[in-house]
Amino acid sequence: MSDLEAVAAAAGPSGEAPVQPRHKSKTDKPRSLAGDAWIDLRKSKIFWTAAVLVLIIVLMALFPSLFGAGNPRECILARQHGAASGSAILGYDYQGCDVYAKTIYGARNSLQVGLLATLISGVIGLIFGLSAGYFGGWLDAILSRFIDVVLGIPFLLAAIVLAKRLSADPNSNGVLAVTITLGVLGWTTAARIMRSSVIASKNQDYVAAARMLGSGPARLMMRHILPNSTASFIVVLTILLGTNIASEATLSYLGIGLKGDAISWGISISEAGAFVRTAPGPLIWPSIFLAVTVLAFIMLGDAVRDAFDPKLR
Amino acid sequence: MTDIKAEIDVLPGLDPHAPLLEVNNLHVEFRTQYGVARAVNGANFRLAPGETLAILGESGCGKSVTAQAIMGILDSPPGFVTQGEVKYRGTDLLKLPENQRRKMRANHIAMIFQDALSALNPVFTVGYQLGELFRKHRGMSRADAKKRSIELLDQVKIPAAKARIGDYPHQFSGGMRQRVMIAMALALDPEVLIADEPTTALDVTVQAQIMGLLAELQQQRNMGLILITHDMGVVADVADRISVMYAGKVVEEAGVYDIYSRPAHPYAKALLESIPRLDMKGQQLNVIRGLPPALTAIPQGCAFNPRCAYAQDVCRQDPPPPPYAVAPGRTARCHFWRDVIGE
Amino acid sequence: MTDRNDVVLETKGLVKHFPITQGILFKTKVGAVRAVDGVDMTLRRGETLGVVGESGCGKSTLPKLLVGLEKPTAGSINVRGQDMTKLKGSALRHARRNIQMVLQDPYTSLNPRMTVGDIIGEPFEIHPEVTPRKGRAKAVQDLLDTVGLNPEHVNRYPHQFSGGQRQRIGIARALALKPEIIVCDEPVSALDVSIQAQVINLLEGLQNEFGLSYIFIAHDLSVVRHISDRVSVMYLGRVVETGNDAQIYENPTHPYTQALLSAVPVPDPRLRGQRDQIVLEGDVPSPANPPSGCRFRTRCWKAQSICAEQDPVLSIRERSDHPSACHFAEPRDVVHAV
Repeated sequence: MSDLEAVAAAAGPSGEAPVQPRHKSKTDKPRSLAGDAWIDLRKSKIFWTAAVLVLIIVLMALFPSLFGAGNPRECILARQHGAASGSAILGYDYQGCDVYAKTIYGARNSLQVGLLATLISGVIGLIFGLSAGYFGGWLDAILSRFIDVVLGIPFLLAAIVLAKRLSADPNSNGVLAVTITLGVLGWTTAARIMRSSVIASKNQDYVAAARMLGSGPARLMMRHILPNSTASFIVVLTILLGTNIASEATLSYLGIGLKGDAISWGISISEAGAFVRTAPGPLIWPSIFLAVTVLAFIMLGDAVRDAFDPKLR
Repeated sequence: MTDIKAEIDVLPGLDPHAPLLEVNNLHVEFRTQYGVARAVNGANFRLAPGETLAILGESGCGKSVTAQAIMGILDSPPGFVTQGEVKYRGTDLLKLPENQRRKMRANHIAMIFQDALSALNPVFTVGYQLGELFRKHRGMSRADAKKRSIELLDQVKIPAAKARIGDYPHQFSGGMRQRVMIAMALALDPEVLIADEPTTALDVTVQAQIMGLLAELQQQRNMGLILITHDMGVVADVADRISVMYAGKVVEEAGVYDIYSRPAHPYAKALLESIPRLDMKGQQLNVIRGLPPALTAIPQGCAFNPRCAYAQDVCRQDPPPPPYAVAPGRTARCHFWRDVIGE
Repeated sequence: MTDRNDVVLETKGLVKHFPITQGILFKTKVGAVRAVDGVDMTLRRGETLGVVGESGCGKSTLPKLLVGLEKPTAGSINVRGQDMTKLKGSALRHARRNIQMVLQDPYTSLNPRMTVGDIIGEPFEIHPEVTPRKGRAKAVQDLLDTVGLNPEHVNRYPHQFSGGQRQRIGIARALALKPEIIVCDEPVSALDVSIQAQVINLLEGLQNEFGLSYIFIAHDLSVVRHISDRVSVMYLGRVVETGNDAQIYENPTHPYTQALLSAVPVPDPRLRGQRDQIVLEGDVPSPANPPSGCRFRTRCWKAQSICAEQDPVLSIRERSDHPSACHFAEPRDVVHAV
């Protein structure tokens, strides 16, 4: 340890002097990392802010009627770009639809596509990254090249082909097709990040110590490697969530995303884009909802990541 | 060459008869989000030409921070010099504007570090990095600079210097890299060399080579050498005087023979008794109980009092012990130095 | 001394070569780093065997072989009559309990996301037969107490402890399965001087208390002398000299041992310039391409043509009362003033 680091370390709560534990418990019962993390999260303002926002958005997706919006599909061209009024508090868009109602009802599809696609990407990325990083050798060589190949495919081209193929059924609204398309194409960054963090933590001394004690691969991965390699992975996923919601808009705009009279923030944003100078409202409102949603998830990810890092307590 | 150096020598208040380097009451603190870490709390020492002063201490005692403050390479923020003087030939370096200080650094006071690999730029050849010094500071031509660089690598005993001048730092072994760094530090003929743990990362046989080389170069150039280390063996081999630091203060300053035979500060004494010796078997290792204090919470009175066998009530109260004069040129910050030395 | 029953660990011809490969997907072997290249050593009950050497000598690979973190290329490691290198599955798991390790760096050897209780309790989870589930919490607290830490600190995380305290946690983890042998890989070199003595004294105390046998690997020859009963000196993957404390430190017979000892500074300025100084030229050759015959000959002042032709075996010689791998073995005191 260099002298300067020592100074910095001694300055922090992790200094040489024994630090009082933050969580004073009456009994000295053993606690787990998750337990400590929860105690920590409960005190975090960021966590609660994010949690409340996420809850509101999820409610919006599940029960849009709770939010007092009118019928989003009732569009009257005569009201084109009409001003805000008591019945439509955010005004009307180009088609004369209620912007507030469309934004509230759009949450379901946007959130569904964003969350599910991110989940798919996360699972694929985790499996690829973890196995490539942990097992290394020829498996890593093959998996890494495969990741490179997927990364090399032009996103739009692949998305068009895939989404078209998946949404052949004329009765589907295209949500599933878009979700799978985005999920299957978006995992590469997550996998790469996971792989490099796994390689970094795999070579730590504490993993060697656990191996020496005789722990098998499952314990090594679950107890020692995974908990120490998820920090950047979580960050990548929260960013991916936002990207996915926006990508759905791109695909829908190109006519290969959500179909029929489906409503989503992405569709609203892309439709309103053309009139941004004359009527910015229909563009701004769904964008704000999108931004707040993404922000809420990023904050949630940050809070959870920090809570699981004992050094930050 | 000398005329350019002479021009730099015209600094306000520069007095060739003043002591080579003098550090008076130096205070450095680090302002971090966890509070103020008082890394150096009144360091005093002076250095004469040709002399080797060892600053001895453990990690976090402020020895490296002191060196960085002298060099003016303190990371600021978070590090700030809050008090004190660093006088080179009578000029307070801390009061100089940055551009003059930069010149001082290269021409008069140079420094080598523990980790030579990270101190050298990996994307330039050794020859380029050395030559750059001569071209920039001495206005030499490319050819002359190269010639001087080869001479210098010869001086630090790098075999086949002429052939190796085009090599990159990573192509040298640890010991050779340290030699390259010494060559760079000495390129502009500084009067003071600060060596911060120069051999800690090296094997003992290589350490012996490097320390031998440093001693030889020092003698040739009549240079003042500040050796910052935690290794009491190395210090015993090369130092003339020793400043022992603890929690940012020089707790004892003495000649090398005095301190090893009759330490006057309990910390110095305990350190000496806690290390095993190569030439003895079966000695009892004396343990210093407890831990060094966190720099954000240095104990009242003498910082060493919670770990000290001699501590009395007076040690636990401010003001902390002043540097008592134990003998001419020898000080110890301990109220009970007579008891410590008497044993 | 000669009682075979006293031997708790014995290695014979232990070899570890790391292949040097080229290519990404299709790797071809282009050479090998001979990290450990034929090491014989014997460890007796209650004894400390010190292993010293400089970088590249194999002292970082040796402990990994001993505790089964790396598979040896050849040779055997006998613990209680069982060859560890041949064991598999549950037999290996069971045998591993008997040989544990303390790692060098207390800052990286503890999982930052596990509490101290979990870290010290992990051995019991992996080897549930050692302590019944109910007794584990108590066992962990007892271990903390044994290594001089507060048993109430089970719920703290490693970063809340100082380097020396963390090293104690590492020692407690190594003690959990009640092993006979502990391999200490540079256990104090990352610690401050004033903390080193605490950990050394702790290790010595535990040895007396539990009758442990240590293999103590370090680059600090003074520390090794202090703690070891016998010492093996390694150079480029081989043991070049082995003997008890007096034999190695007072009467070293291998030129490398002599050079190594003479380079170690002694904290006594009165010895300055009074000791026999041997300054070696050059660096250690690469273990991927060691010299023929005696590996030290390229830096040795005694080297003759026989040294390039014949590999000197580690044996007692005419002028050496202990095993030394030098054709011209001869004692020379380099530690004391001449």
